[in-house]
Amino acid sequence: MPDTGIGASVKRKEDFRFLTGQGRYTDDIDRPGQLFAYFVRSPHAYAKIKKVDTAEAAKAPGVRAVFTGADMAADSVGSLPCGWVVTDRHGEAHKAPPHFPLARDKVRYVGDHVAVVIAETYAQAKEAGERVEVDYEELQAIANPVKALDKGAPQVHDEAPGNLCYDWVLGDEAEVNAAFAKAAHVTKVDLVNNRLIPNAMEPRAAIGEYDGGTDSYTLYSTSQNPHLLKLILCAFVLGISENKLRVIAPDVGGGFGSKIFCYAEETVCTWAAKKVRAPVKWTAERSESFSSDAHGRDHVTHAELAMDENGKFLGMKVETIANLGAYLSSFATSVPTYLYATLLAGQYTTPVIFANVKSVFTNTAPVDAYRGAGRPEATYVVERLVEVAAREMKLDPAEIRRRNFIQPDQFPYQTPVALQYDIGNYGASMDKALEMIDYAGFPARKKASEAKGKLRGIGFSAYIEACGIAPSAVVGSLGAGVGLWESAQVRFNATGTVSIFTGSHSHGQGHETTFSQLVAETLGIPIENVEIVHGDTGSIPMGMGTYGSRSLAVGGSAIAKACDKIIEKSKKIAAHLMEASVEDVEFEGGKFRVAGTDKEKSIAEIAFTAYVPHNYPPDLEPGLDETAFYDPLNFTYPAGVHIAEVEIDPSTGVTEIVDWVAVDDFGKVINPMVVEGQVHGGIAQGVGQALLENAVYDMDSGQLLTGSYMDYCMPRADDLPSFRVGMTQTACTHNPLGVKGCGEAGAIAAPAATINAITDALGILSMDMPATAEKVWRLANQHAQAAE
Amino acid sequence: MPRVSMTVNGRAVTGDVEGRTLLVQFLRENLHLTGTHVGCDTSQCGACVVHVNGESVKSCTMLALQADGTEVATIEGLAQNGSLHPVQEAFREHHGLQCGFCTPGMVMSAVDLLKKNPNPDEGEIREWLEGNICRCTGYHNIVKAIQSAAANMKG
Repeated sequence: MPDTGIGASVKRKEDFRFLTGQGRYTDDIDRPGQLFAYFVRSPHAYAKIKKVDTAEAAKAPGVRAVFTGADMAADSVGSLPCGWVVTDRHGEAHKAPPHFPLARDKVRYVGDHVAVVIAETYAQAKEAGERVEVDYEELQAIANPVKALDKGAPQVHDEAPGNLCYDWVLGDEAEVNAAFAKAAHVTKVDLVNNRLIPNAMEPRAAIGEYDGGTDSYTLYSTSQNPHLLKLILCAFVLGISENKLRVIAPDVGGGFGSKIFCYAEETVCTWAAKKVRAPVKWTAERSESFSSDAHGRDHVTHAELAMDENGKFLGMKVETIANLGAYLSSFATSVPTYLYATLLAGQYTTPVIFANVKSVFTNTAPVDAYRGAGRPEATYVVERLVEVAAREMKLDPAEIRRRNFIQPDQFPYQTPVALQYDIGNYGASMDKALEMIDYAGFPARKKASEAKGKLRGIGFSAYIEACGIAPSAVVGSLGAGVGLWESAQVRFNATGTVSIFTGSHSHGQGHETTFSQLVAETLGIPIENVEIVHGDTGSIPMGMGTYGSRSLAVGGSAIAKACDKIIEKSKKIAAHLMEASVEDVEFEGGKFRVAGTDKEKSIAEIAFTAYVPHNYPPDLEPGLDETAFYDPLNFTYPAGVHIAEVEIDPSTGVTEIVDWVAVDDFGKVINPMVVEGQVHGGIAQGVGQALLENAVYDMDSGQLLTGSYMDYCMPRADDLPSFRVGMTQTACTHNPLGVKGCGEAGAIAAPAATINAITDALGILSMDMPATAEKVWRLANQHAQAAE
Repeated sequence: MPRVSMTVNGRAVTGDVEGRTLLVQFLRENLHLTGTHVGCDTSQCGACVVHVNGESVKSCTMLALQADGTEVATIEGLAQNGSLHPVQEAFREHHGLQCGFCTPGMVMSAVDLLKKNPNPDEGEIREWLEGNICRCTGYHNIVKAIQSAAANMKG
């Protein structure tokens, strides 16, 4: 194995600065003369704004300005758009009520933005914020997504009657009904996919800056996709010419989806910078993150699976109500539709599937993509259904899955829910996972646990996901407002070092290392000579950013393509220098050679020649600097099997995860260490959802009850085990690297594996997440209680 | 405004602060030592852990004035003469960090753990880290890194 090339666990280049306190996150940046913004937020879930009196606040010490929705309206600031149009079952576009950065007539969730106070210090701004007098007329809120659809429920938006954003279907209902009519057995489940708060450890932050001399803006922001943020702000919200806004997303401390979106705060900071003629900085307090970062999940689902007498799946029906919160976040509409229902085939040959999704508005924070985005919800539905089916049919859970797996010779496989899987070997992952967990030994382990008074259970999750998003034409036909290609620029410097400019953005994924490995190996240069530049629209080509596990599959493919262009041009220069024809020049290990001779030139020599072209092909441009754009041909389909083993203490209800095996097929792997780290983190978030995390709103008042780390249970080190990670490999067939995407897999697989294990231990069919100790204790003791 | 003096990473510093100024604010805003991070407002996350007189402390739970006359060590002072502390080195070696935001607090906390308990087992490490939240790593590699650092520091 090479030391620094593809396949090596190279230690990360970015770690030195993070380990020595030299990372540079948005809040670490101070701009000369900067002021601080404090947002006055709604304490009510739903209220009319009768009057906002800012006079007292404006007079407070240090205050430079106070703005409200009326000020932004006067400047014709637009609504924060949702960039994906979902067409409902009647052919109509989803309901898109306006979402103004500062509320204009009503506030619609606790934390909604009412005014901004800008002062010389943050403390001054915050104190003055207390003096902004808002006269609210409270309205009855609706927080429950199911009740939001009831007749007579409070209406969140006039533009969305019945609180319905869309009623959407996928699949042929008649065919599915016909399949159910023939079934020997139908398994039914009712599931709640609990609402989560993403909680990247770095709170969101923004610094807006305006340069009057050039009439241009700079925005520092905690963004996963600075170009996309720039595009939205310029084209839809602020009306700034796109060449007059530079967005810089420096080191970003985790995102998990929550930093994809265009939020009110960065919009206001950018706009206000011109109003006050000074940089305007805002950093979220954690309580603001809880109340106003886009949340994740929040589905209520009824699902049915029809089977023949052998447990072969004949058809599936899924009905989901998805809570989108009070306003549509940037990509909210796509998550419970195209990122969810399209994955309901899972790893199985279920021939017909019908899904109906009703997405609703409620008086809660907006909901959008969070690690996995729709795919964890789909996997939870499929893998809970399959598990319950196995128990009802008295089939081994591994066996029922095997009987229904798509087989290796069936690829490419067209599912009944739009996607075409390119490649996979699901049985291989199952075999390996069973071996790693020692499935045969489970009954003995269960017995040993029983002897200690503990309940032991085992749970499977055979997940699949569609990532590496996405072919632009495909997503365009489904309603996406953007293309989902990626860009890369490979710039050789005259002295032989290389600068890579990528549209992908790293906020923990380790691109500086992985992309460097890719470039070092492709161009045959030392990894130390490669520098990865990302996150600044002022220096990188237009790019789409990082989400949907796309950075390597799409961004890495763009880098590979740009490297190919570099090699192609270099061959012409090498041929000229070595007086050979281009066709005779071969490239390997950083050297250009003339076939059959001992003539050679290093790529560094070629780069020097390209910039000092004294002896140079007459018809060739100087320079060695190539840009490539890569638009994927399909999604990639990572898949695998996770098996959780749990032990429950029935006297306390505490669930301990005693073993966790993850076997994933991510295609080719550049840096196994980084990939395993992504798997660990994903599992932790999935286990967090299954055991601990739950965003709770008071259903009557719409108050967020879990608004801090005191109330929202984050997974801590002592809640989790060490994980055992294995891999299988089928190379992706349609990108040049054969890679798939690993960032979300753990979060997608883990909830179903955990709940399947706990319900197995308890000897029940179902329970809702999170499986807190109290809930588990009640279930473990319900028979005893009933007997009393 | 009251004046506060302390030694930070071996250097005597002094500054004017408000009574309510937290130690973490003094470090970040007055001294521009931005390696110490603020991840929450309830003293739960541990991103702000520093050492005060050799003990790990969440610097958001302490007023700057309370630290008057103390010796404070932050992540910026941990590497000596350009070489990483064994705990920093182990985090790098074992991929104990991803986004890096919780890392300074994690490292400072781990250094204090190994001072108090040079041979922690996995359970002891996990229990010690209860006050440091990481959202990226699932803690797996952090635990491995601390075990490895413990072994290396003995060697």
